[in-house]
Amino acid sequence: MRSRRLEEQIFKGLMIASLTLVLVVLAGIIFITIYKGAPALTLSMLTETPKGGYYLGKEGGIANAIVGSLYLGLGASFCALLLSVPVAFGLQKEYTGWRFASFTKLVLDVLWGIPSIVYGAFGFVVMAYFGLRASLLGGIIVLTLLMLPIMVRSMEEVIRTIPLELKEVSYALGTTRIETTMAVVLRQALPGMVTAVLLAFGRGIGDAASILFTAGYTDYIPRSLFDPVASLPLAVFFQIGTPIPEVQERAYASALILLLIVFVVSIVSRILSHRFSKHIVR
Amino acid sequence: MPHISLNNLSISYGNHKVLHEVSVDIPDSQITVIIGPSGCGKTTLLKSLNRLLDLNDDVSVKGNVLIDGVNTYDPKADVLSLRKKLGFLSQRPYPLPMSIYDNIAFGPKVHRLTQEQIVQQIRDLEGRSFQVPERKNGAMDVLVESYLRLAGLWDEVKDRLRTPASRLSIGQQQRLALARALAVEPEAILADEPTSALDPLSAQLIEKQFKFLRNNYTIVVVTHILRQARRIADYVIFLYLGELVEHGPAESFFKSPKDERTRAYISGEIS
Ligand SMILES: Nc1ncnc2c1ncn2[C@@H]1O[C@H](COP(=O)(O)OP(=O)(O)O)[C@@H](O)[C@H]1O
Ligand SMILES: [Mg+2]
Repeated sequence: MRSRRLEEQIFKGLMIASLTLVLVVLAGIIFITIYKGAPALTLSMLTETPKGGYYLGKEGGIANAIVGSLYLGLGASFCALLLSVPVAFGLQKEYTGWRFASFTKLVLDVLWGIPSIVYGAFGFVVMAYFGLRASLLGGIIVLTLLMLPIMVRSMEEVIRTIPLELKEVSYALGTTRIETTMAVVLRQALPGMVTAVLLAFGRGIGDAASILFTAGYTDYIPRSLFDPVASLPLAVFFQIGTPIPEVQERAYASALILLLIVFVVSIVSRILSHRFSKHIVR
Repeated sequence: MPHISLNNLSISYGNHKVLHEVSVDIPDSQITVIIGPSGCGKTTLLKSLNRLLDLNDDVSVKGNVLIDGVNTYDPKADVLSLRKKLGFLSQRPYPLPMSIYDNIAFGPKVHRLTQEQIVQQIRDLEGRSFQVPERKNGAMDVLVESYLRLAGLWDEVKDRLRTPASRLSIGQQQRLALARALAVEPEAILADEPTSALDPLSAQLIEKQFKFLRNNYTIVVVTHILRQARRIADYVIFLYLGELVEHGPAESFFKSPKDERTRAYISGEIS
């Protein structure tokens, strides 16, 4: 009896310890970002592009990187979404044999684990072959590839948990696979699919290595898909690498902006997800 | 010829044979109850009728099921219209993830009924002509109401047709499932232990509804509750270990069973 109680105590202690560790680290990251970034965060940082002396600590802002990151993140999320939904549904057993499905899932899992610099290098090689230079389009394509495995796998997991019985009652009415998929399975899976998109968006918008060579960097806001584009992760990277303290502070401010964007998108997707789950069958 | 008839039906999951050469005609416009202990193949038998078994991997079916004289397992058979003929109630009710109204309207919409067909369907159901309301979807509104009434649910939901169906109680959900199944004009209703997840009062309502519907529909109910079988059955099929042991009209089945195993099952010696 006493040993069982001890066991209980040990596990409880472990849980509390790990939870505390996670929270402390998270809070630490957020605290340092705000502490060092907030003082440097001015309106002009949000609204202006870098002027001549920006990287020496003079006037200007990183509107180029903010807009660039939004273009890249939203553009790639949109493209990845268009590709992921059919793939995630196609991997269900109504459409694909389990051999092919599990092979595909294995490939996606491997892709998920590949470091993003490899995506960047791959994109760079392909773009060089076609004679393309670093551009918004290149960045979006590479980020789409980076997001795909995350989106497909998370969506596929959500869709797979839908009870067979729910599909049965739909099929029993004489519906086709597509009708059941669109009207029943999709509705039921929608909240989880929103989360999948959010997960991929977060990974994509925060990634620096994959877009380093493919999207490039510029002080201007891109006017077409073929212009190079700046991004927040790279803005952080470049600014933190300078020896000038004011510029380093701006790196933290840029990170803070990135944090806020992800935060806002999370809130929005929470709201969407909640709205979509109104009809969900539990 | 009856709507549903089984000939030498054998079903296996992989190497595990769960139904052995079952042959039986299911009488029309009656309640047929399939009884037997759990694991004897009742659900498998029921789902073989509308080919819901196809959704499982590794199922093999031998013999045939005739629905209105058409072999369900003929590769050329039109599975969709076969399924439309056989309404299905699952053991735990599953509302579709949409509103109460849309749960009923879903079937007719999927089958792309025209306005005239909807009106005709209501006429056939109610046996009288009626006034189609002028508003948009007026005919569909009447159809939804008719089927909710038919399933004995209308009074409980008429004020909240647009709320999610999942908010209904389990008992109401099962009657919603009944209304939803009836709305595609089936000839038969197949119900797999439809009351096993329900409280006694809701179970009673479902039984009452089946008795009410039996004149117009062929009803097949799977149950392992003997008392329920006695209450509602016109005809009984007894399965034991995947074998059809005995079948016949309820009265003679319960009064004078012919097989030793039936006698033992009815008296509660085996379960
Ligand atoms: N999907 C399945 N795969 C393999 N075996 C199954 C499956 N469904 C049912 N069985 C087996 O078939 C037998 C009959 O099951 P079932 O038809 O569900 O019986 P009942 O409904 O009478 O309880 C059981 O032995 C069960 O384990
Ligand atoms: Mg069963």
